[in-house]
Amino acid sequence: MAIFLTKDSKVIVQGMTGSEGMKHTQRMLASGTQIVGGVNPRKAGTEVEFPGDVTVPVFGSVAEAMAATGADVSVLFVPPPFTKAAVIEAVDAGMPLAVIITEGVPVADTAEFFAYAQSKGTRLIGPNCPGLITPGQSNVGITPASITGPGKIGLVSKSGTLTYQMLFELRDIGFSTAVGIGGDPIVGTTHIDCLEAFENDPETAAIVMIGEIGGDAEERAAAYIKEHVTKPVVGYVAGFEAPEGKTMGHAGAIVSGSAGTAQAKKEALEAAGVKVGKTPSETAQLMREILS
Amino acid sequence: MDLYEYQARDVFEKHGVPVLPGIVATTPAEAKAAAEQLGGGTVVVKAQVKTGGRGKAGGVKLAHSPSEAEAAAQAILGMDIKGHTVHRVMIAAGAKIAQEFYFSVLLDRAERRYLAMCSYEGGMEIEELAVERPEALAKVAIDPLEGIDKAKALEIVAEASFPEALRNKVADVIVRLWHVYKNEDATLVEVNPLVLTEDGEVIALDGKVTLDENAEFRHEDHAALEDKAAADPLEAKAKHMNLNYVKLDGSVGIIGNGAGLVMSTLDVVAYAGEQFGGVKPANFLDIGGGASAEVMANGLDVILHDPQVKSVFVNVFGGITSCVAVADGIVGALETLGDEASKPLVVRLDGNAVEEGRAILARANHPLVTIVETMDGAAAKAAELAAS
Repeated sequence: MAIFLTKDSKVIVQGMTGSEGMKHTQRMLASGTQIVGGVNPRKAGTEVEFPGDVTVPVFGSVAEAMAATGADVSVLFVPPPFTKAAVIEAVDAGMPLAVIITEGVPVADTAEFFAYAQSKGTRLIGPNCPGLITPGQSNVGITPASITGPGKIGLVSKSGTLTYQMLFELRDIGFSTAVGIGGDPIVGTTHIDCLEAFENDPETAAIVMIGEIGGDAEERAAAYIKEHVTKPVVGYVAGFEAPEGKTMGHAGAIVSGSAGTAQAKKEALEAAGVKVGKTPSETAQLMREILS
Repeated sequence: MDLYEYQARDVFEKHGVPVLPGIVATTPAEAKAAAEQLGGGTVVVKAQVKTGGRGKAGGVKLAHSPSEAEAAAQAILGMDIKGHTVHRVMIAAGAKIAQEFYFSVLLDRAERRYLAMCSYEGGMEIEELAVERPEALAKVAIDPLEGIDKAKALEIVAEASFPEALRNKVADVIVRLWHVYKNEDATLVEVNPLVLTEDGEVIALDGKVTLDENAEFRHEDHAALEDKAAADPLEAKAKHMNLNYVKLDGSVGIIGNGAGLVMSTLDVVAYAGEQFGGVKPANFLDIGGGASAEVMANGLDVILHDPQVKSVFVNVFGGITSCVAVADGIVGALETLGDEASKPLVVRLDGNAVEEGRAILARANHPLVTIVETMDGAAAKAAELAAS
């Protein structure tokens, strides 16, 4: 069953005809994703050919693409200056799920399009995220599908490469769905949203949660786990060595003052009964012990 | 990017927020001239550092004449305040303060909107106020789609228990501070204190502004606000090469791909370093997705020029990028650098095409390179080499 994304998901790509969009559309197609269209007003009515004799039609708007194909997921490879308008277009068209891969979106734009999406009922994932994958069924975003396989672990993470690391370490057990929620200060889908969905997903037996310094999302997730999650959760937190007041790549990964430190997050998770690994490998090992 | 007080003052002025005249000076002579320019009367000489507590550290002095301003600047320039050297002072006109207030608007990450905070009781550290008398600090949620108009500003000052007679005047300033927040793409605008003068004027006496670097594409003027001189020279060099680099204090140079994995690498190295007398990472360096030979060479170039670095740990998980490209990058980088590459490298590759990638490194058989299969094992090896 998985969460948010299944083999039946019909996906359109906003920004498909750009270089990043083309590269990743090809990769998503290769991993089995049903890509039903691209959006570009200047190339509406044309088709793009991909290896393996696949042609994907290009539509002038998200609304047209949805009407013609029944798409229920949009993935955005749109440069930062145009991301807000593209998300609002998807929301206005009534798209149920929009996944924003773009890195470098001004946080004011995210705050605005998130508020707008929430008022209209569109779920957003990202921005600045690798997207999500339901291995063996569908892959939306930039996760390399070949490094893992289907199974019963649910994964939620702020970081792309740590997601890949964990997908790879536990590839033999496999994953129901892995969601990269992104490292920006404001993200459309949170750890808690994913924990709730995994708790309700009968195909997910256990959950890996990966966090990092900054904000209090992990502390809030810990409180949520204590109250609402019955499935086993293992955790990993990055950023113990990060100095105060410095941004480490992810705009959100900055510690100011005492709140948001890796130590505080680890303690909060452990207090909620989550086993927290000291390294990614140790975390994977904790999951193996739980599922053995 | 955090602004200096004098930069915040200028940005406030641009958006019509009432501020006092202020002139920045880098030498005592300039400070004297600035005090003269401000009328020759009483001025305040304020250290310009991006940290709090400068008043307690002696970084703010009252001067009653231009020569006193010169002496004050002499005393303050070069001072160390919490690790920040004072390179500039601001000479600000004096004000007769009747009352002090507090106002800020910032990003509320947890609620995914903005938060305005306001207090009728200023003059103390806001963190202390929030803990000791939380009821005195009004917190009002701001909808990103609606912002702060006059009605919202009036709601904020009412919530903060300002007396009726002051509300209109303070609300007008709050609306203008919102314009700073919104129009400059700030993530924090804080005024502490916001003052009422004896003449009945509401003035932003000291401001803190943080700008969103992601929004620089629509603010050409923001690049000029960056303090290039204050940056670490290696950080400046890395930035020039478009590398995401942060200098740290340890001895293991780190190169990896992806912010989360690199942060994790720092932790794993420090964890492994405990066995070797507390070896720590020397830097954060994320080379991102497409690790070309050039990017890898640039990264190694920066790290190998850090005299504190004793060993280097290259930790790459091949996701989209295959390990073949990464291995080619390392081999190419070592060739390009030649004799400049003089410190041992521990390389851990995993993921996409890992066997082929490791084979390339094995064939190159570079005397400085050690391949270790796991991240934890590689971290231990790099720490050991740094300690030896």
